Amino acid sequence: MRDFEYEAPTALADAVELLAGANGSAKLLAGGTDLIDHVRTGRLEPDLLIDIKKLAELNVLEASDSGLRLGAAVPCYQIYGNEQITSNYSALADSCQIIGGVQIQSRASVGGNLCNSGPAADSTPSLIALGAVCVIAGPNGTREVAAEDFCTAPRQNVLEAGELLVELKFPAPGGKSGSHYRRFIPRNEMDIAVVGVGAAVTLDDSGENFVSARIALGAVGPTPIFAQAAGDALAGQPANDDSIAAAAAAAREVATPIDDMRGTVEFRNHATAVLTERVLKTAIARARGEADGYTIGH
Amino acid sequence: MAKKRVVSTTINGNQTEFLCEPRQTLLEVLRDTLNLTGAKEGCSNGNCGACTVLVDGRPVDSCLVLAVEIEGADLETIEGVACSEALHPVQQCYLENAALQCGICTPGFIMSTKALLDENSSPSEDDIRFYLAGNLCRCTGYDKIVRAVQDSAELMASNGIDGVQIDR
Ligand SMILES: Cc1cc2nc3c(=O)[nH]c(=O)nc-3n(C[C@H](O)[C@H](O)[C@H](O)COP(=O)(O)OP(=O)(O)OC[C@H]3O[C@@H](n4cnc5c(N)ncnc54)[C@H](O)[C@@H]3O)c2cc1C
Ligand code: FES
Ligand code: FES
Repeated sequence: MRDFEYEAPTALADAVELLAGANGSAKLLAGGTDLIDHVRTGRLEPDLLIDIKKLAELNVLEASDSGLRLGAAVPCYQIYGNEQITSNYSALADSCQIIGGVQIQSRASVGGNLCNSGPAADSTPSLIALGAVCVIAGPNGTREVAAEDFCTAPRQNVLEAGELLVELKFPAPGGKSGSHYRRFIPRNEMDIAVVGVGAAVTLDDSGENFVSARIALGAVGPTPIFAQAAGDALAGQPANDDSIAAAAAAAREVATPIDDMRGTVEFRNHATAVLTERVLKTAIARARGEADGYTIGH
Repeated sequence: MAKKRVVSTTINGNQTEFLCEPRQTLLEVLRDTLNLTGAKEGCSNGNCGACTVLVDGRPVDSCLVLAVEIEGADLETIEGVACSEALHPVQQCYLENAALQCGICTPGFIMSTKALLDENSSPSEDDIRFYLAGNLCRCTGYDKIVRAVQDSAELMASNGIDGVQIDR
Protein backbone atom coordinates (compact mmCIF):
# COMPACT_ATOMS: atom_id res chain seq x y z
CA MET A 1 0.00 0.00 0.00
CA ARG A 2 1.04 3.62 -0.60
CA ASP A 3 3.18 5.20 2.12
CA PHE A 4 1.29 7.60 4.39
CA GLU A 5 1.47 9.12 7.85
CA TYR A 6 -1.13 8.36 10.52
CA GLU A 7 -2.48 10.62 13.25
CA ALA A 8 -5.23 9.89 15.76
CA PRO A 9 -6.12 13.21 17.39
CA THR A 10 -8.27 13.25 20.53
CA ALA A 11 -9.54 16.84 20.17
CA LEU A 12 -11.88 17.91 17.39
CA ALA A 13 -10.03 21.22 16.94
CA ASP A 14 -6.78 19.31 16.34
CA ALA A 15 -8.45 17.11 13.74
CA VAL A 16 -9.80 20.15 11.90
CA GLU A 17 -6.39 21.83 12.04
CA LEU A 18 -4.60 18.75 10.71
CA LEU A 19 -7.14 18.35 7.93
CA ALA A 20 -7.14 22.02 6.92
CA GLY A 21 -3.35 22.19 7.13
CA ALA A 22 -2.84 19.22 4.82
CA ASN A 23 -4.15 21.05 1.75
CA GLY A 24 -6.14 18.15 0.43
CA SER A 25 -3.46 15.51 0.95
CA ALA A 26 -5.13 14.10 4.10
CA LYS A 27 -8.07 11.69 4.32
CA LEU A 28 -10.23 10.98 7.34
CA LEU A 29 -10.30 7.38 8.58
CA ALA A 30 -13.44 6.17 10.31
CA GLY A 31 -14.05 2.40 9.95
CA GLY A 32 -11.83 2.27 6.88
CA THR A 33 -14.12 -0.17 5.05
CA ASP A 34 -14.24 2.10 2.02
CA LEU A 35 -11.08 4.12 2.56
CA ILE A 36 -8.45 1.42 3.10
CA ASP A 37 -9.43 -0.37 -0.10
CA HIS A 38 -9.44 2.90 -2.03
CA VAL A 39 -5.90 3.65 -0.84
CA ARG A 40 -4.69 0.11 -1.46
CA THR A 41 -5.95 0.15 -5.03
CA GLY A 42 -4.57 3.64 -5.71
CA ARG A 43 -7.94 5.28 -6.25
CA LEU A 44 -7.04 7.71 -3.46
CA GLU A 45 -3.49 8.91 -2.82
CA PRO A 46 -3.39 10.49 0.64
CA ASP A 47 -0.14 11.40 2.42
CA LEU A 48 -1.85 11.43 5.80
CA LEU A 49 -4.70 9.46 7.33
CA ILE A 50 -6.43 11.15 10.25
CA ASP A 51 -8.13 8.54 12.43
CA ILE A 52 -11.28 10.19 13.81
CA LYS A 53 -12.39 7.34 16.06
CA LYS A 54 -10.76 8.86 19.15
CA LEU A 55 -12.81 12.06 18.95
CA ALA A 56 -15.48 12.05 21.67
CA GLU A 57 -17.87 14.17 19.56
CA LEU A 58 -17.86 11.54 16.81
CA ASN A 59 -18.68 8.71 19.23
CA VAL A 60 -21.83 10.23 20.75
CA LEU A 61 -24.87 7.94 20.80
CA GLU A 62 -27.65 9.58 22.75
CA ALA A 63 -31.39 9.11 22.39
CA SER A 64 -33.65 11.35 24.47
CA ASP A 65 -37.04 13.09 24.30
CA SER A 66 -35.50 15.74 22.11
CA GLY A 67 -34.26 13.25 19.53
CA LEU A 68 -31.22 11.19 18.61
CA ARG A 69 -27.61 12.32 18.38
CA LEU A 70 -25.43 9.93 16.43
CA GLY A 71 -21.67 10.56 16.21
CA ALA A 72 -20.34 10.20 12.68
CA ALA A 73 -17.86 7.45 13.62
CA VAL A 74 -20.19 5.17 15.62
CA PRO A 75 -19.98 1.70 14.02
CA CYS A 76 -23.07 -0.06 12.66
CA TYR A 77 -23.17 -2.82 15.29
CA GLN A 78 -23.55 -0.27 18.07
CA ILE A 79 -26.38 1.38 16.18
CA TYR A 80 -28.52 -1.71 15.64
CA GLY A 81 -27.54 -2.91 19.11
CA ASN A 82 -29.22 0.14 20.65
CA GLU A 83 -32.79 -0.56 21.69
CA GLN A 84 -33.93 3.06 21.40
CA ILE A 85 -32.76 3.10 17.79
CA THR A 86 -34.33 -0.24 16.86
CA SER A 87 -37.67 0.88 18.26
CA ASN A 88 -37.80 4.62 17.43
CA TYR A 89 -35.49 4.99 14.43
CA SER A 90 -35.99 1.52 12.94
CA ALA A 91 -35.04 2.48 9.38
CA LEU A 92 -31.55 3.41 10.59
CA ALA A 93 -31.17 0.06 12.37
CA ASP A 94 -32.48 -1.75 9.25
CA SER A 95 -29.78 -0.06 7.15
CA CYS A 96 -26.96 -0.77 9.56
CA GLN A 97 -27.88 -4.45 9.77
CA ILE A 98 -27.41 -4.97 6.05
CA ILE A 99 -24.27 -2.93 5.36
CA GLY A 100 -21.76 -5.69 4.55
CA GLY A 101 -21.49 -8.63 6.92
CA VAL A 102 -20.71 -8.57 10.64
CA GLN A 103 -17.00 -7.94 10.10
CA ILE A 104 -17.84 -4.80 8.13
CA GLN A 105 -20.50 -3.77 10.67
CA SER A 106 -17.93 -3.96 13.48
CA ARG A 107 -16.12 -1.05 11.82
CA ALA A 108 -18.30 0.73 9.24
CA SER A 109 -19.87 4.00 10.37
CA VAL A 110 -22.92 5.85 9.08
CA GLY A 111 -20.74 8.96 8.79
CA GLY A 112 -18.37 7.08 6.49
CA ASN A 113 -21.28 5.71 4.48
CA LEU A 114 -22.65 9.23 3.99
CA CYS A 115 -19.27 10.92 3.32
CA ASN A 116 -18.26 8.26 0.82
CA SER A 117 -21.38 9.54 -0.96
CA GLY A 118 -22.10 6.53 -3.15
CA PRO A 119 -25.52 6.60 -4.84
CA ALA A 120 -26.32 3.16 -3.37
CA ALA A 121 -25.20 3.87 0.21
CA ASP A 122 -27.65 1.93 2.36
CA SER A 123 -27.92 4.31 5.31
CA THR A 124 -28.48 7.56 3.43
CA PRO A 125 -32.15 7.00 2.44
CA SER A 126 -32.86 6.24 6.11
CA LEU A 127 -31.14 9.44 7.24
CA ILE A 128 -33.24 11.43 4.77
CA ALA A 129 -36.50 9.65 5.69
CA LEU A 130 -35.86 10.22 9.40
CA GLY A 131 -35.13 13.91 8.83
CA ALA A 132 -31.50 13.82 9.95
CA VAL A 133 -29.41 16.99 10.02
CA CYS A 134 -25.65 16.77 9.41
CA VAL A 135 -23.47 18.75 11.81
CA ILE A 136 -20.26 19.78 10.05
CA ALA A 137 -17.15 21.29 11.66
CA GLY A 138 -14.43 23.18 9.81
CA PRO A 139 -11.88 25.95 10.09
CA ASN A 140 -14.71 28.52 10.07
CA GLY A 141 -16.78 26.87 12.78
CA THR A 142 -19.82 24.65 12.65
CA ARG A 143 -22.69 24.48 10.18
CA GLU A 144 -25.70 22.25 9.58
CA VAL A 145 -26.96 20.70 6.36
CA ALA A 146 -30.08 18.56 5.87
CA ALA A 147 -29.24 14.93 5.00
CA GLU A 148 -31.07 15.25 1.65
CA ASP A 149 -28.76 18.13 0.64
CA PHE A 150 -25.49 16.45 1.63
CA CYS A 151 -24.62 14.40 -1.47
CA THR A 152 -24.15 16.43 -4.65
CA ALA A 153 -22.96 13.88 -7.26
CA PRO A 154 -21.58 10.33 -7.23
CA ARG A 155 -18.82 10.33 -4.55
CA GLN A 156 -19.23 14.08 -4.00
CA ASN A 157 -20.77 16.06 -1.19
CA VAL A 158 -21.04 19.50 0.35
CA LEU A 159 -17.96 19.16 2.57
CA GLU A 160 -15.47 21.93 1.84
CA ALA A 161 -11.71 21.67 2.28
CA GLY A 162 -10.92 21.17 5.96
CA GLU A 163 -14.46 20.19 6.95
CA LEU A 164 -15.58 16.99 8.62
CA LEU A 165 -18.89 15.49 9.60
CA VAL A 166 -19.27 15.47 13.39
CA GLU A 167 -22.71 14.02 14.05
CA LEU A 168 -26.20 13.43 12.76
CA LYS A 169 -29.14 14.89 14.68
CA PHE A 170 -32.57 13.29 14.32
CA PRO A 171 -35.82 14.82 15.52
CA ALA A 172 -37.76 12.67 18.00
CA PRO A 173 -40.52 10.80 16.16
CA GLY A 174 -43.89 12.11 17.32
CA GLY A 175 -47.09 10.22 18.09
CA LYS A 176 -47.64 6.98 16.22
CA SER A 177 -44.52 6.78 14.09
CA GLY A 178 -42.69 4.03 12.26
CA SER A 179 -39.93 3.70 9.70
CA HIS A 180 -38.24 1.11 7.53
CA TYR A 181 -35.48 0.64 4.94
CA ARG A 182 -35.07 -2.22 2.55
CA ARG A 183 -33.25 -2.85 -0.69
CA PHE A 184 -33.41 -5.19 -3.62
CA ILE A 185 -30.32 -7.31 -4.20
CA PRO A 186 -30.05 -10.62 -6.10
CA ARG A 187 -28.57 -12.36 -3.03
CA ASN A 188 -29.82 -12.39 0.54
CA GLU A 189 -26.91 -10.39 1.94
CA MET A 190 -23.51 -8.83 1.14
CA ASP A 191 -24.36 -7.04 -2.10
CA ILE A 192 -24.80 -3.51 -3.42
CA ALA A 193 -28.38 -2.21 -3.61
CA VAL A 194 -30.01 -2.33 -7.06
CA VAL A 195 -32.73 -0.17 -5.51
CA GLY A 196 -33.12 0.90 -1.87
CA VAL A 197 -36.06 2.68 -0.26
CA GLY A 198 -36.38 4.28 3.17
CA ALA A 199 -39.59 5.73 4.59
CA ALA A 200 -40.76 7.23 7.87
CA VAL A 201 -44.44 7.82 8.62
CA THR A 202 -46.43 9.44 11.39
CA LEU A 203 -50.09 8.45 11.78
CA ASP A 204 -52.89 10.16 13.70
CA ASP A 205 -54.14 8.78 17.03
CA SER A 206 -56.55 6.40 15.31
CA GLY A 207 -53.64 4.91 13.35
CA GLU A 208 -55.80 5.17 10.22
CA ASN A 209 -54.53 8.38 8.62
CA PHE A 210 -51.15 9.82 7.71
CA VAL A 211 -50.08 12.96 9.50
CA SER A 212 -46.82 13.06 7.55
CA ALA A 213 -44.44 10.86 5.59
CA ARG A 214 -40.93 11.09 4.19
CA ILE A 215 -39.65 8.77 1.47
CA ALA A 216 -36.09 8.50 0.09
CA LEU A 217 -34.61 6.37 -2.69
CA GLY A 218 -31.16 4.87 -3.19
CA ALA A 219 -29.33 3.57 -6.30
CA VAL A 220 -31.78 5.17 -8.73
CA GLY A 221 -29.95 8.44 -9.38
CA PRO A 222 -26.54 10.09 -9.11
CA THR A 223 -27.20 10.70 -5.42
CA PRO A 224 -29.74 9.31 -2.98
CA ILE A 225 -33.06 11.02 -3.78
CA PHE A 226 -35.55 12.67 -1.42
CA ALA A 227 -38.96 11.83 -2.92
CA GLN A 228 -40.50 14.78 -1.14
CA ALA A 229 -43.69 15.16 -3.16
CA ALA A 230 -44.50 11.45 -2.80
CA GLY A 231 -44.35 11.75 0.98
CA ASP A 232 -46.00 15.17 1.26
CA ALA A 233 -49.03 13.99 -0.73
CA LEU A 234 -49.75 11.39 1.95
CA ALA A 235 -50.37 13.99 4.69
CA GLY A 236 -54.03 13.84 5.71
CA GLN A 237 -54.74 10.76 3.53
CA PRO A 238 -56.08 7.49 4.90
CA ALA A 239 -53.33 4.88 5.21
CA ASN A 240 -54.69 2.37 2.72
CA ASP A 241 -53.75 0.55 -0.49
CA ASP A 242 -54.85 3.46 -2.71
CA SER A 243 -52.80 6.13 -1.00
CA ILE A 244 -49.80 3.80 -0.77
CA ALA A 245 -50.05 2.97 -4.48
CA ALA A 246 -50.23 6.67 -5.32
CA ALA A 247 -47.12 7.37 -3.24
CA ALA A 248 -45.29 4.50 -4.95
CA ALA A 249 -46.19 5.90 -8.37
CA ALA A 250 -45.00 9.36 -7.30
CA ALA A 251 -41.71 7.93 -5.98
CA ARG A 252 -41.16 6.15 -9.29
CA GLU A 253 -41.63 9.48 -11.07
CA VAL A 254 -38.60 11.05 -9.38
CA ALA A 255 -36.28 8.05 -9.86
CA THR A 256 -33.67 8.68 -12.57
CA PRO A 257 -31.86 5.34 -12.74
CA ILE A 258 -29.26 4.18 -15.24
CA ASP A 259 -28.74 0.82 -16.91
CA ASP A 260 -25.81 -1.09 -15.51
CA MET A 261 -24.78 -4.65 -14.74
CA ARG A 262 -26.97 -4.63 -11.62
CA GLY A 263 -30.22 -3.66 -13.31
CA THR A 264 -31.92 -1.90 -16.17
CA VAL A 265 -33.73 1.43 -16.05
CA GLU A 266 -37.04 -0.37 -16.53
CA PHE A 267 -36.37 -2.84 -13.72
CA ARG A 268 -35.17 -0.14 -11.36
CA ASN A 269 -38.20 2.05 -12.01
CA HIS A 270 -40.49 -0.88 -11.37
CA ALA A 271 -38.62 -1.97 -8.25
CA THR A 272 -38.73 1.60 -6.89
CA ALA A 273 -42.53 1.48 -6.88
CA VAL A 274 -42.71 -2.06 -5.49
CA LEU A 275 -40.26 -1.36 -2.69
CA THR A 276 -41.90 1.96 -1.83
CA GLU A 277 -45.20 0.14 -1.29
CA ARG A 278 -43.59 -2.56 0.84
CA VAL A 279 -41.54 -0.12 2.87
CA LEU A 280 -44.55 2.11 3.55
CA LYS A 281 -46.61 -0.91 4.65
CA THR A 282 -43.91 -2.02 7.06
CA ALA A 283 -43.46 1.52 8.40
CA ILE A 284 -47.24 1.77 8.94
CA ALA A 285 -47.36 -1.59 10.72
CA ARG A 286 -44.55 -0.43 12.99
CA ALA A 287 -46.32 2.88 13.68
CA ARG A 288 -49.43 0.94 14.71
CA GLY A 289 -47.41 -1.47 16.83
CA GLU A 290 -48.45 -4.42 14.66
CA ALA A 291 -46.25 -7.29 13.49
CA ASP A 292 -44.26 -5.95 10.54
CA GLY A 293 -43.55 -9.24 8.78
CA TYR A 294 -39.99 -8.12 7.98
CA THR A 295 -37.25 -10.72 8.07
CA ILE A 296 -33.81 -9.33 7.56
CA GLY A 297 -32.15 -10.66 4.43
CA HIS A 298 -35.43 -11.76 2.79
CA MET B 1 8.99 6.90 4.32
CA ALA B 2 6.65 7.30 7.29
CA LYS B 3 8.30 6.48 10.61
CA LYS B 4 7.64 3.07 12.07
CA ARG B 5 5.38 2.99 15.13
CA VAL B 6 5.48 0.83 18.22
CA VAL B 7 2.11 -0.77 18.85
CA SER B 8 1.24 -2.51 22.14
CA THR B 9 -1.61 -5.00 22.23
CA THR B 10 -2.67 -8.23 23.81
CA ILE B 11 -2.70 -11.09 21.33
CA ASN B 12 -4.29 -14.34 22.47
CA GLY B 13 -3.72 -13.31 26.08
CA ASN B 14 -0.06 -12.35 25.62
CA GLN B 15 1.09 -8.77 25.96
CA THR B 16 2.75 -8.04 22.62
CA GLU B 17 4.64 -5.13 21.09
CA PHE B 18 5.50 -4.78 17.46
CA LEU B 19 6.89 -2.23 15.02
CA CYS B 20 4.92 -1.34 11.93
CA GLU B 21 4.53 1.28 9.24
CA PRO B 22 1.22 3.19 9.20
CA ARG B 23 0.42 1.69 5.80
CA GLN B 24 0.62 -1.91 6.99
CA THR B 25 -2.63 -3.72 7.54
CA LEU B 26 -3.21 -5.79 10.64
CA LEU B 27 -3.29 -8.88 8.39
CA GLU B 28 0.16 -8.07 6.98
CA VAL B 29 1.65 -7.56 10.42
CA LEU B 30 0.09 -10.73 11.84
CA ARG B 31 1.37 -12.84 8.99
CA ASP B 32 4.68 -11.21 8.04
CA THR B 33 5.93 -9.68 11.30
CA LEU B 34 4.41 -11.81 14.03
CA ASN B 35 4.44 -15.09 12.13
CA LEU B 36 0.79 -15.69 13.00
CA THR B 37 -0.15 -17.11 9.61
CA GLY B 38 -3.51 -18.60 10.63
CA ALA B 39 -5.44 -15.59 9.34
CA LYS B 40 -5.47 -15.93 5.55
CA GLU B 41 -5.43 -13.43 2.73
CA GLY B 42 -8.19 -14.14 0.24
CA CYS B 43 -9.37 -10.93 -1.36
CA SER B 44 -7.70 -8.09 0.60
CA ASN B 45 -10.86 -6.02 0.29
CA GLY B 46 -13.26 -7.14 2.96
CA ASN B 47 -15.35 -9.54 0.94
CA CYS B 48 -14.15 -13.04 1.84
CA GLY B 49 -13.61 -13.04 5.62
CA ALA B 50 -10.55 -15.36 5.42
CA CYS B 51 -8.63 -12.79 7.47
CA THR B 52 -11.24 -12.53 10.27
CA VAL B 53 -9.85 -11.94 13.76
CA LEU B 54 -11.53 -10.63 16.90
CA VAL B 55 -10.64 -7.14 18.13
CA ASP B 56 -12.04 -6.52 21.61
CA GLY B 57 -14.36 -9.47 20.98
CA ARG B 58 -15.71 -8.14 17.67
CA PRO B 59 -15.04 -9.93 14.36
CA VAL B 60 -13.22 -7.72 11.83
CA ASP B 61 -11.55 -8.26 8.49
CA SER B 62 -7.89 -7.72 9.39
CA CYS B 63 -7.14 -6.73 5.78
CA LEU B 64 -9.28 -3.62 6.33
CA VAL B 65 -7.69 -2.57 9.63
CA LEU B 66 -4.40 -0.70 9.92
CA ALA B 67 -2.06 -2.32 12.41
CA VAL B 68 -1.51 1.09 14.10
CA GLU B 69 -5.23 1.21 14.88
CA ILE B 70 -5.09 -1.70 17.30
CA GLU B 71 -2.92 0.05 19.89
CA GLY B 72 -4.26 -1.02 23.28
CA ALA B 73 -6.75 -3.51 21.87
CA ASP B 74 -7.32 -7.10 22.84
CA LEU B 75 -6.81 -9.35 19.83
CA GLU B 76 -7.83 -12.96 19.31
CA THR B 77 -6.64 -14.99 16.36
CA ILE B 78 -7.16 -18.61 15.32
CA GLU B 79 -3.84 -19.48 16.97
CA GLY B 80 -5.36 -18.78 20.40
CA VAL B 81 -8.53 -20.81 19.98
CA ALA B 82 -7.32 -24.30 20.90
CA CYS B 83 -5.60 -25.13 24.17
CA SER B 84 -2.35 -27.00 23.73
CA GLU B 85 -3.93 -30.42 24.08
CA ALA B 86 -7.52 -29.72 23.22
CA LEU B 87 -9.50 -28.38 20.31
CA HIS B 88 -12.13 -25.76 20.96
CA PRO B 89 -15.65 -27.23 20.56
CA VAL B 90 -16.13 -25.14 17.41
CA GLN B 91 -12.99 -26.62 15.86
CA GLN B 92 -14.05 -30.13 16.87
CA CYS B 93 -17.48 -29.67 15.30
CA TYR B 94 -16.04 -28.32 12.04
CA LEU B 95 -13.82 -31.42 11.91
CA GLU B 96 -16.60 -33.89 12.70
CA ASN B 97 -18.98 -32.32 10.18
CA ALA B 98 -16.32 -32.21 7.46
CA ALA B 99 -17.04 -28.49 7.26
CA LEU B 100 -13.80 -27.83 5.43
CA GLN B 101 -11.98 -29.00 2.34
CA CYS B 102 -8.95 -26.93 1.37
CA GLY B 103 -9.20 -25.11 4.70
CA ILE B 104 -8.24 -21.63 3.51
CA CYS B 105 -11.51 -20.14 4.72
CA THR B 106 -11.65 -22.16 7.95
CA PRO B 107 -9.74 -19.91 10.37
CA GLY B 108 -12.01 -17.04 9.39
CA PHE B 109 -15.16 -19.13 9.70
CA ILE B 110 -14.12 -20.38 13.12
CA MET B 111 -13.43 -16.87 14.41
CA SER B 112 -16.82 -15.66 13.13
CA THR B 113 -18.54 -18.71 14.60
CA LYS B 114 -16.92 -18.04 17.98
CA ALA B 115 -18.12 -14.45 17.86
CA LEU B 116 -21.63 -15.53 16.86
CA LEU B 117 -21.92 -18.05 19.70
CA ASP B 118 -20.59 -15.52 22.20
CA GLU B 119 -23.42 -13.19 21.18
CA ASN B 120 -26.15 -15.76 20.66
CA SER B 121 -25.75 -19.20 22.18
CA SER B 122 -28.66 -20.79 20.28
CA PRO B 123 -28.83 -19.22 16.82
CA SER B 124 -31.41 -20.32 14.24
CA GLU B 125 -30.28 -21.51 10.81
CA ASP B 126 -31.22 -18.08 9.45
CA ASP B 127 -29.18 -16.36 12.17
CA ILE B 128 -26.17 -18.53 11.30
CA ARG B 129 -26.37 -17.94 7.57
CA PHE B 130 -26.80 -14.22 8.08
CA TYR B 131 -23.96 -13.90 10.58
CA LEU B 132 -21.57 -15.88 8.42
CA ALA B 133 -22.44 -13.98 5.22
CA GLY B 134 -19.10 -12.16 5.40
CA ASN B 135 -17.18 -15.44 5.19
CA LEU B 136 -16.93 -17.11 1.81
CA CYS B 137 -16.04 -20.74 1.17
CA ARG B 138 -15.05 -21.88 -2.29
CA CYS B 139 -15.24 -25.63 -1.77
CA THR B 140 -17.08 -27.12 1.20
CA GLY B 141 -20.66 -26.03 0.65
CA TYR B 142 -22.36 -23.96 3.29
CA ASP B 143 -24.75 -26.65 4.57
CA LYS B 144 -21.94 -28.54 6.29
CA ILE B 145 -20.65 -25.34 7.80
CA VAL B 146 -24.12 -24.47 9.12
CA ARG B 147 -24.42 -27.94 10.64
CA ALA B 148 -21.01 -27.54 12.27
CA VAL B 149 -22.17 -24.28 13.86
CA GLN B 150 -25.42 -25.86 15.06
CA ASP B 151 -23.47 -28.75 16.61
CA SER B 152 -21.02 -26.30 18.18
CA ALA B 153 -23.91 -24.48 19.82
CA GLU B 154 -25.26 -27.76 21.22
CA LEU B 155 -21.89 -28.99 22.40
CA MET B 156 -21.15 -25.70 24.09
CA ALA B 157 -24.60 -25.66 25.71
CA SER B 158 -23.85 -29.01 27.36
CA ASN B 159 -20.06 -28.78 27.84
CA GLY B 160 -19.38 -25.07 28.01
CA ILE B 161 -16.25 -24.02 26.21
CA ASP B 162 -14.24 -26.83 27.74
CA GLY B 163 -11.98 -28.19 25.08
CA VAL B 164 -12.37 -31.58 23.54
CA GLN B 165 -9.33 -33.79 24.19
CA ILE B 166 -7.44 -34.57 21.05
CA ASP B 167 -7.30 -38.26 20.38
CA ARG B 168 -3.70 -39.07 19.59
C1 LIG C 1 -17.27 -6.18 1.86
C2 LIG C 1 -17.95 -4.85 1.90
C3 LIG C 1 -19.34 -4.79 1.89
C4 LIG C 1 -19.98 -3.56 1.92
N1 LIG C 1 -21.34 -3.55 1.92
C5 LIG C 1 -22.00 -2.37 1.90
C6 LIG C 1 -23.41 -2.35 1.87
O1 LIG C 1 -24.08 -3.40 1.86
N2 LIG C 1 -24.03 -1.15 1.85
C7 LIG C 1 -23.33 0.02 1.87
O2 LIG C 1 -23.95 1.08 1.84
N3 LIG C 1 -21.98 0.03 1.91
C8 LIG C 1 -21.31 -1.14 1.93
N4 LIG C 1 -19.93 -1.14 1.96
C9 LIG C 1 -19.20 0.12 1.95
C10 LIG C 1 -18.76 0.64 3.34
O3 LIG C 1 -18.64 -0.42 4.26
C11 LIG C 1 -19.72 1.67 3.88
O4 LIG C 1 -19.83 2.75 2.99
C12 LIG C 1 -19.32 2.17 5.29
O5 LIG C 1 -20.44 2.71 5.92
C13 LIG C 1 -18.19 3.19 5.28
O6 LIG C 1 -17.95 3.60 6.59
P1 LIG C 1 -16.49 3.63 7.23
O7 LIG C 1 -16.65 4.10 8.63
O8 LIG C 1 -15.80 2.34 7.04
O9 LIG C 1 -15.83 4.76 6.34
P2 LIG C 1 -14.33 5.02 5.87
O10 LIG C 1 -13.91 3.99 4.90
O11 LIG C 1 -13.46 5.24 7.05
O12 LIG C 1 -14.55 6.40 5.13
C14 LIG C 1 -15.29 6.52 3.93
C15 LIG C 1 -15.05 7.88 3.29
O13 LIG C 1 -15.67 8.91 4.04
C16 LIG C 1 -14.71 9.81 4.57
N5 LIG C 1 -15.14 10.07 5.94
C17 LIG C 1 -15.37 9.14 6.91
N6 LIG C 1 -15.84 9.74 8.03
C18 LIG C 1 -15.91 11.05 7.76
C19 LIG C 1 -16.32 12.19 8.52
N7 LIG C 1 -16.77 12.07 9.79
N8 LIG C 1 -16.27 13.41 7.94
C20 LIG C 1 -15.82 13.55 6.65
N9 LIG C 1 -15.42 12.52 5.89
C21 LIG C 1 -15.46 11.28 6.44
C22 LIG C 1 -13.38 9.11 4.47
O14 LIG C 1 -12.31 10.01 4.34
C23 LIG C 1 -13.58 8.27 3.23
O15 LIG C 1 -13.36 9.02 2.08
C24 LIG C 1 -19.25 -2.37 1.96
C25 LIG C 1 -17.84 -2.42 1.99
C26 LIG C 1 -17.20 -3.64 1.97
C27 LIG C 1 -15.70 -3.69 2.00
S1 FES D 1 -8.69 -11.08 2.87
FE1 FES D 1 -9.73 -9.83 4.25
S2 FES D 1 -11.78 -10.15 3.72
FE2 FES D 1 -10.73 -11.27 2.18
S1 FES E 1 -12.65 -25.12 2.48
FE1 FES E 1 -11.74 -24.33 0.68
S2 FES E 1 -12.52 -22.30 0.69
FE2 FES E 1 -13.59 -23.18 2.25
